[in-house]
Amino acid sequence: MSRPTQKPDAAGTEATGTPGTSTVLGTATRVLRSGPLSLRVYAPSVLLGAVLSALAAGMAVLSLALGDFPMGVDQVVAALAGHGDPLTTHVVVDLRLPRVLTALGVGAALAISGGLLQRLAHNPLVSPDIIGVSAGATTAAVLVIVLFGGSAVTIASGALVGSVTTALLLYLLAYRRGVSGQRLVLVGIAVTAMLGAVTSYLLTRAEIGTAQRAMIWITGSLANRDWPHVATILIALAVLAPVAFALARPLGLLQLGEDTATALGNRAVLSRGALLFTSAALAAMATAVAGPVAFVALVAPQIVRRLLRGRAVGLFPAAACGALLVAVADLIARTAFGGSELPVGVVTGILGAPYLLYLLARSNRSGRGG
Amino acid sequence: MADRTAEHTADRHATTRPEPRSARPPARTRTARAGGPGLLGSSAARSLGLVAALALLAGVAMASVLIGYQRFTLEEVQLAYAGYTGSDTDLVIRHLRVPRTLAGILVGAALGVAGVLVQGVTRNPLGDPGLLGINAGAALAAVLAISFFGATALLGYVGFAFVGAALAACVVHTVGSLGPDGSSPVKLALAGAAISALLGSLTSAIVLQDRATLDEYRFWVVGSLVGADSTSVPQALPFLAVGLVLALALARPLNVVALGDDLARSLGTRLWLVRAGSALAVVLLAGTATALAGPIGFVGVAVPHIARALVGPDHRWLLPWSAVLAPLLLLVADIVGRVVVRPEELQVGIVTALIGAPFFILLVRRRKVAGL
Repeated sequence: MSRPTQKPDAAGTEATGTPGTSTVLGTATRVLRSGPLSLRVYAPSVLLGAVLSALAAGMAVLSLALGDFPMGVDQVVAALAGHGDPLTTHVVVDLRLPRVLTALGVGAALAISGGLLQRLAHNPLVSPDIIGVSAGATTAAVLVIVLFGGSAVTIASGALVGSVTTALLLYLLAYRRGVSGQRLVLVGIAVTAMLGAVTSYLLTRAEIGTAQRAMIWITGSLANRDWPHVATILIALAVLAPVAFALARPLGLLQLGEDTATALGNRAVLSRGALLFTSAALAAMATAVAGPVAFVALVAPQIVRRLLRGRAVGLFPAAACGALLVAVADLIARTAFGGSELPVGVVTGILGAPYLLYLLARSNRSGRGG
Repeated sequence: MADRTAEHTADRHATTRPEPRSARPPARTRTARAGGPGLLGSSAARSLGLVAALALLAGVAMASVLIGYQRFTLEEVQLAYAGYTGSDTDLVIRHLRVPRTLAGILVGAALGVAGVLVQGVTRNPLGDPGLLGINAGAALAAVLAISFFGATALLGYVGFAFVGAALAACVVHTVGSLGPDGSSPVKLALAGAAISALLGSLTSAIVLQDRATLDEYRFWVVGSLVGADSTSVPQALPFLAVGLVLALALARPLNVVALGDDLARSLGTRLWLVRAGSALAVVLLAGTATALAGPIGFVGVAVPHIARALVGPDHRWLLPWSAVLAPLLLLVADIVGRVVVRPEELQVGIVTALIGAPFFILLVRRRKVAGL
């Protein structure tokens, strides 16, 4: 960011100081500059992000209104503003709000994580749940649950350690004069299977009650999420999302290929490492608060990519899309099955897997999307 | 398969390994180029080796009966059958150890042979019933049968397991081979992962509704030979026998399929027949194995590669060798699992995953797998 003259795509832009229209990037892209800093803005991407954010917010309000104790949107708004009656305020603010906020945060974190990883691996079908980063978090968290019972904080730290360790392991195992996307996928599938075996073993070693609790957690659930969970995921987003956005610029260069990126002054290996770990940390924190909610990380950036007609995925619209997806899935999981509530991961799994299969069916030999 | 895939790449770029243009018929030439004959070159060496491997398997099977939480001697085993008294030792040997060992042999052979078939028919070096979602399909169907239809005996849910395995296999294979450029190892593996995740979600949705099913499920899903007893093993036998015979009958057609679809077709092979037969055999073998012992991963992917390194790519040798090597591996893994954390046990599915996943990664890192 500090040496804008090296940016190949900045070559055709206008004088600094004012928003200019780039001839290289097309009319929709604007470059905002201020001194040594510059920000490339792709207008449709920002617009899409705003629309999706609005939808996610609307879905959140709807989710606050619906449930075993249904109420009108006006009551929800009144309760949020602080002048509702005590009962609705309790239901909305104490019971439903933490859950909805957790859903939004988890969705955003997973989507950013997936978006980074997909561009890093040059493969739109890669996501933390497929290459084993989420599995690392799961195994570590189940270990914590089985051994120590596990409060929110210990589970979160366990998940973080597990997923970052797994990411490191994956990077080393897939490294061979650079990390190829396909090798990462296949090594990841093997690592996922191995970690899955360890998780299954831990489940057989636990009391049935603990096993049931761990099993619900493994499936990905937002039930009984409280303010500590909200704080965990929001702090994680506040710290990691800016890092992700800052790293997304070298990502554009990396898409030209590792050699070209290196030639253009990008330290490819270093950027890739940093990206992988940011992605892993985001997935870990999402997994820590809600369990491995399947397919969100994969599907959200893909939907955005399709809506933007194949342009590199902006992380902001992807995050908004992820938040929207998890909010919708949790609303379905919570209300659509009468008395019994499904874990949200089951819903995202059932909705997400067919979409992945559809993408696969359209992709070419190397598994890259069409 | 790794070699053969590399060979296709070599064909395309026409750089590596000059073609040995000899007077030999094309099939033999291709086979010879495709990674060579393996360590055991001659038929005599392969036959002798197979006999030796069988003898080793018999030894390991004996060890599997003797070693465990309780250790037995050969006389005790002999007495349990010759002079049955109904003592604890007799009961453990006759109803636990021997069925468990037999189950290990059957499940191992089934998984090894299914692996060869999957890799042969899809020409995919990473083919494995587990990785392609077949186990997950069988698992979901078995859980459905147990939870909704109250099936308890193996015969009750093995039919469901077949249907589940078949459906999952069809979907994965269809998805993996759609698209502009057809099938590839990565696409198949991804499709398998997606289907496994989907079926896993459904399975957990079911088992979470019911504590008793979850309690059964968690011990079954790790993949263990403990559950196999003297009733389920004989019930599984006919299905496995049919699957194995079918697989052996397919050895020659599979050699032709390895040459590529076009060449195979021009040599008069009815491809659809070979594919349908293989699919049926894989479903019978992998479905029964999963119903008997739960999902056991990586045996199906690792053993064919080991066998190929020994005897080369000819399926007439590859299939019987895999049928012997896979049970050997599985029984050794089972014994290791019984010994390492005594007095507890490590289920065989855990041991194979811990051994098999590094093997798989090694395979992926080898340059020969095309496009990696």
